[in-house]
Amino acid sequence: MAELTKEKLLWIYERMRLIREFEDRASELFAAGKIPGFVHLYAGEEAIAVGMCALLTDDDFITSTHRGHGHCIAKGVDVNEMMAELYGKASGACNGKGGSMHIADVTKGMLGANGIVGAGGPLACGSALMAKVKDTDQVTICFFGDGAAEQGTMHESMNLASIWKLPVVFVCENNGYAQTTPAHYHCAAEDIADRATAYNIPGFSVDGTDLFAVYEAAEEAVARARRGEGPTLVECKAFRYYGHFEGDNLSYFTEEERARNRERDPIDKFRQRVLERGLLTEEELAEIDDRVKQAVDDAVEFAEEAPYPDPEECFTDVYVSYP
Amino acid sequence: MTNRTLTFREAFNEAIRLEMRRDPTVIIMGEDIAGGAATHLEEKGEEAWGGDLGLTKGLVQEFGRERVRDTPISESSFIGAAVGAASTGLRPIAELMFVDFFGVCMDQIFNQGGKLRYMFGGKAKVPIVIETLIGAGFRAAAQHSQCLYSVFTHMPGLKTVVPSTPYNAKGLMSAAIRDDDPVIYFVHKVLLDTSGPVPEDNYVVPLGQAEVAREGQDATVVAIGRMRLFALQAAEELAQDGLSVEVVDPQSLSPLDEETILESVKKTHRLVVVDEDNPRCSVATDIVTLAAQQAFDYLDAPPQTVTAPHTPVPFSPALEDVYIPSAARIVEAVQAVTG
Repeated sequence: MAELTKEKLLWIYERMRLIREFEDRASELFAAGKIPGFVHLYAGEEAIAVGMCALLTDDDFITSTHRGHGHCIAKGVDVNEMMAELYGKASGACNGKGGSMHIADVTKGMLGANGIVGAGGPLACGSALMAKVKDTDQVTICFFGDGAAEQGTMHESMNLASIWKLPVVFVCENNGYAQTTPAHYHCAAEDIADRATAYNIPGFSVDGTDLFAVYEAAEEAVARARRGEGPTLVECKAFRYYGHFEGDNLSYFTEEERARNRERDPIDKFRQRVLERGLLTEEELAEIDDRVKQAVDDAVEFAEEAPYPDPEECFTDVYVSYP
Repeated sequence: MTNRTLTFREAFNEAIRLEMRRDPTVIIMGEDIAGGAATHLEEKGEEAWGGDLGLTKGLVQEFGRERVRDTPISESSFIGAAVGAASTGLRPIAELMFVDFFGVCMDQIFNQGGKLRYMFGGKAKVPIVIETLIGAGFRAAAQHSQCLYSVFTHMPGLKTVVPSTPYNAKGLMSAAIRDDDPVIYFVHKVLLDTSGPVPEDNYVVPLGQAEVAREGQDATVVAIGRMRLFALQAAEELAQDGLSVEVVDPQSLSPLDEETILESVKKTHRLVVVDEDNPRCSVATDIVTLAAQQAFDYLDAPPQTVTAPHTPVPFSPALEDVYIPSAARIVEAVQAVTG
């Protein structure tokens, strides 16, 4: 693994903390009745989105899942616009027409959270195909969950990407549960990464709570994609703090499991490592902690004050043109 | 017009060829659209089939395998890939071999392709064409013979076109490729060998524009796709009895040229809609509703529909011929509304 610059380490910590702060606040706001609809929170999985997106530029693409806030933040989507979108406001990233499950910013290469499990695989093949046909070096990262791993679309997509040598990195975020159903029940494989063999592509299973492990896998997979050598499957094993969606009481988790999860918190682990090795200082981290808290405070204020869309907006944006 | 005659198949192929020459971002992919990928044929720059029914013949020789891509039998992945590529800068054409296969990939068509723009607040566009074979008459039985365009027409975000002649086959394809929205282009397999005049230039037939295929005074017959041919036959027969029938071909179902249909109904005061799709929640019932809501006072008789029955398509030729609407049934329906 190449040495991470101080600037990159600060960016990583800031993004991970911003995701956590955003998600914790979204949970409170949902409970307070401020955010309507379905909300699926990413807390616990921060190292995956951030470790992966650390290798990308705005010209690269990601496809996301129903649990998409973390991917947005890691890819640089504006948190004010994100929060306003969760509120259904006109200033939202999608003008309030998408909500949490469809939050997107194509100008940042974020091709959308997705309400359909496993739907991002084919779309990721598409942005990667565009890059291949136009002969650019753009890479697409396709985030999908362990639940999506059992969808036919993911198998089709990994096979298609392999035979066409598409510049995609398939990142399975294995948080252990498809809604409430554990991976050891729904998945016949020990490691989802083992399936890479069947598509004749490299596959790694890494600790998704270890930023450095994720980054190392990302480095190799993204480089391979940029070289035009085709896709890689990276399975990141992690956990989620919150339920499948907000309102889920997590009855299927045991106390021991929760305690175990708290001990492998990805942000704590990152802090510990950078402090132990003297890569960053307590002051630098504290400064970021304050900054992200302020950023989320500002985002909530922005969302609260933003107007709702005009009723006429219901009828726009269906087509580019429709006589 | 032109003296040149092409088959529907040739006109379809020519539209794609001209658009691919005009715009390097146009690509096409589907199962065996060239055929023989990774065999000795590919090494020789040749194709095995050029599509199951030869619709895409010769494209790979001109444009190469990068832009003319054989796919695995994985409709979800390659149609979804076409959606993803469209939203990031290409203009892909994806072939869904038979429309009856939409069940395996509909999510990518209606939940992704048809909704991305709206869900993203207008900040994306999806210029994709999905071309697909429809229609009975090939003795291809229940899973290779339906029309089903009503299903897609129902869905916001998708546009639907049903060409009926070599002329509009070419012009609608060019328009569909240039359009910035997802267009589903339905090809009736029985029309492929029909021929007609097709100009050599790269023209478009605008989406959302109907064509009056025959002018008349006594009744309006709106006929979709292949049904236009039967309606014209029926009109010819009825002319012998002194009845003057106007035949309107919508060409596009979404957007629908309501104006041309309503103008015709207001002129003739009688309406028959001919549609090979199944009758419930169909384009035929939609057009009847249009007339009832917007031209009720002009109607001198209850509108009639001539459609397939509400059944799957049977295999036996003896049964399939019963399934498909006929010129004789159109004659009867016109006689009923004018009698």
